[in-house]
Amino acid sequence: MRQGFPRITRWLAPGVVLLLTACAGEHPQTVLRPITDYGRIQSDLWATVTWWTVGIMLVVFGALTYILVRYRARPGDPPPKPIYGSTRLEIAWTIGPALIILFIAIPTIRAIFETQAEDPEGALVIQAIGHQWWWEFRYPELGVTTANQFYMPEGRPVSLHLSSADVIHSFWVPRLGGKKDVNPVVRTPEGVRPLHLNRIVLQADSTGDYKGQCAEYCGTAHAIMYMLARVVDEAEFQRWIEDIRTPMEPAGDLAAQGREIFQRSTCIACHTIEGTSARGQLGPNLTLFGDRFSIAAGLMANNEENLTEWILHAPELKKGALMPGARVGGGGMPPTGLSREDARAIAAYLSDLRRPLLGARPAGSAAAPPSTAPDTMVGTTDTTGIAADTASAAADTARQQPQL
Amino acid sequence: MATTSAHATAAAEPHHEPSFVRKYIFSTDHKVIGIQFLFMSLFFLLIGGLLAGVIRWQLGWPTNPDMPLPGGGLLPETMVNQGIVLPEFYNSAVTMHGTIMIFFAIMPLLVGVYANYLIPLQIGAPDMAFPKLNMASFWTAAPAGVIMLAGFFVAGGHSGAGWTQYPPLSANPEFSGVYMGQQLWLISMIVLGFSSLMGAVNYVTTVINMRAPGMTWFRLPLATWALFVTAVLILLAVPVLTGALILLLFDQTIGTTFFSPEYGGEPLLWQHLFWFFGHPEVYILILPAMGFVSEIIAAGSRKPIFGYHAMVLAIIAIAFLGWGVWGHHMFQSGMNPTLGMGFMATTMVIAVPSAIKVFNWLATMWRGDLHFHTPMLHAVAFVGMFVIGGLSGVFVASTPVDIFLHDTYFVVAHIHYVLFGGSLFALYAAITFWYPKMFGRMMNPLLGKLHFWLTVLFFNLTFFPMHNLGIAGMMRRIYDPNQYEFLRPMQELNTMISIAALLLIGTQLIFAFNFFWSLFRGEPAPANPWRANSLEWAAPSPPPHGNFARTPVVYRGPYEYSSPLSVEDYLPQDDPPAEGPEPVPAPATSH
Repeated sequence: MRQGFPRITRWLAPGVVLLLTACAGEHPQTVLRPITDYGRIQSDLWATVTWWTVGIMLVVFGALTYILVRYRARPGDPPPKPIYGSTRLEIAWTIGPALIILFIAIPTIRAIFETQAEDPEGALVIQAIGHQWWWEFRYPELGVTTANQFYMPEGRPVSLHLSSADVIHSFWVPRLGGKKDVNPVVRTPEGVRPLHLNRIVLQADSTGDYKGQCAEYCGTAHAIMYMLARVVDEAEFQRWIEDIRTPMEPAGDLAAQGREIFQRSTCIACHTIEGTSARGQLGPNLTLFGDRFSIAAGLMANNEENLTEWILHAPELKKGALMPGARVGGGGMPPTGLSREDARAIAAYLSDLRRPLLGARPAGSAAAPPSTAPDTMVGTTDTTGIAADTASAAADTARQQPQL
Repeated sequence: MATTSAHATAAAEPHHEPSFVRKYIFSTDHKVIGIQFLFMSLFFLLIGGLLAGVIRWQLGWPTNPDMPLPGGGLLPETMVNQGIVLPEFYNSAVTMHGTIMIFFAIMPLLVGVYANYLIPLQIGAPDMAFPKLNMASFWTAAPAGVIMLAGFFVAGGHSGAGWTQYPPLSANPEFSGVYMGQQLWLISMIVLGFSSLMGAVNYVTTVINMRAPGMTWFRLPLATWALFVTAVLILLAVPVLTGALILLLFDQTIGTTFFSPEYGGEPLLWQHLFWFFGHPEVYILILPAMGFVSEIIAAGSRKPIFGYHAMVLAIIAIAFLGWGVWGHHMFQSGMNPTLGMGFMATTMVIAVPSAIKVFNWLATMWRGDLHFHTPMLHAVAFVGMFVIGGLSGVFVASTPVDIFLHDTYFVVAHIHYVLFGGSLFALYAAITFWYPKMFGRMMNPLLGKLHFWLTVLFFNLTFFPMHNLGIAGMMRRIYDPNQYEFLRPMQELNTMISIAALLLIGTQLIFAFNFFWSLFRGEPAPANPWRANSLEWAAPSPPPHGNFARTPVVYRGPYEYSSPLSVEDYLPQDDPPAEGPEPVPAPATSH
């Protein structure tokens, strides 16, 4: 037994180094391969801290192991010499750690100010709004709103403005480097107080899809609050902005029927689809829904079968979700009473709301100038159609859902 | 001193046997109250451990119908449905594991048990300064525990807002889906706060006023020093929490908005108040552990503690600096970078007194005669685990590194290295060390060592890989990590951790068996089984009501091991010097 104790401690120290280094390569979310300036500041500092702490750990565990082996009681040992202390040693191991801390603190302080700089000139503002349990993204300068998946131009500074509609969330896309609490907007009789609305300023220099999620525990479905950051080049970013502003027409019959049903159901009380009469603000904006990577903030893959199930059974599939299902209400709303056929048609419609393939873009899609206000920019085509839709949808809603 | 002598005389007189109720239930004897706290907090340690088992089962085999939760059938369908832990119950389990372990297991074990049991014995007093207040303290803590447990049985389930209870999630039932459980949580914590305060007033008063003749401040054992400083921390920190809890209860019940943002309330105010209490609380949970370990390492090494004065000053320094670091829990809440820098600096500075303590423990063992009995093994493990926990603390203290690590499993690993690897190992050391004094019997050394080795092994297998999970990007408090396909590669590691954790929980049964078996079958303990010096070992095992037949007189410090003045390798504090006239010690109150 007395031999065994040091053996364990001897393994432990090199094990630490091994474990700390081994986890760098295999996992997509690691901080050790950042793609932003913001992330690189962190990972450089990370390396500094790691070397110091691993060094200290080797020294302390080495000393501990030596002491435990060398000075364990053996029969016939003379009694140890009583030593009460040494002022010189106490001073040494006060100053030693203090110096090491200084070596860690100086680069830390530099990094703190670098990671919390002001918005640079020409930064693209993206408002990230946390909801229980999904993400809303608004581009106030561009008049675009989307949910759970957002686009970011490569090589341009981006300022993420974080706020919450309900509880505290935390925005975290690990490879982008940032993590910040998403605090609720404080409302006073005098108006909104933006005191604790946080920002993350970063610039991505590598295109790709980067996954993220809510990091601050925020209630029942905290585990299903996924988001996707798409870093694309500037031209692709501009194309996406054009596409999301262009109203999409459903292609097939089923989808057209789905649009009909969507318009006259309670869906439109909470969801917005640009270019239609659906202007609800409580739920995720469904414009270009067909392009989303998932349903319900990462719950399921985005395909028509899953979407049908989701429309029918949202509260059962995602505990705590505020969307009502066909038979179970949710978020204070009654059940929708939609049939499976209805749900399938709506699923076909929403899946159809996708970006056209490159090169086959609808004519006139570049019509909306960036300066146009959000309410009018989508109305450049088919205004009368939309107006007619709105009227009939309102009538249908009134007839079918007297509760609302 | 008047109190002391009065009690001493009373103890010396033969007095009639009190009734069972007065002796074991509504007792004013500090030792009985300490033992009552011991049984209560060991019970809560079991509950907290079972909740940890639920958490690890779900994370090891997430939502897997082939691996139904054992015993899940006993729980209602609103918690576990067909063997699958539901998200609401998982969130409650996470909340209650933290709450119960911190407030109902570790804190009462460290303070309720040992401040009560040890302080009068170590300072040579017959009892606490206010024995009835002491009894009231236990009988306030016990109902708080009942209220806390009641939360599991109300409609809507127990609080699911995390042990930190951040509003608006905790303030508004619409956000958490929990109504009554949330209020019971708050009421229980408010009641428990009063219990802690009554205890702390007692400990502080007792140490200041009731030290035996000759027991100067710098002859106090380090355990008493640590408990004294801890009591001061409790006195200053707990009222802040209690005040905040009352405001939060108002938010929940009568519609105020101190912390709800709808009408100008400030959610961040709660975080400041909570952590202004919460960080001193961290030191409440580690300082007594450091004190116990100092006693045990000195006795196990047969050497005086190295740098006694430095050790005392380090305790005071940690307690003092602990007031200026609460903001490091809020680095990602959004604060001015200058303020963040200040909190980072104070946090790092606190590493210095901690390092001093570690080096002094190493120096105490250096050239010692190390006897690896069960308490010593746990004490040495404390040092090692505390070092790991301290060093992982440097990562999260460095604000920009914390941007990544905040709210990940790295933090979970860190807190468990400090709270389990630190506090709980020190508690196992303390329980096994003072058990003979408390119950008059020795614990079985073989079972003790078996429990120690398996605990060290499974502890490290459980919590060390959590650092990796955090670095690889796994968040805390998620019901099902497989929701995120990028966390799926780590599922094997999660399953391994869960197996180790379940074995770790199972290993504690060895301890429970040893504890109860030794109560009845353990070898009768001598008064001083570890050949230690402090005054509690001068009293019989277990000490009678009133502790000492005569008020002991103290001649020296508590760590005179291997002193050349003694034939034995120890020299108790109350042994009169062999030759020369007896020095008349000054009364303790004059210091």
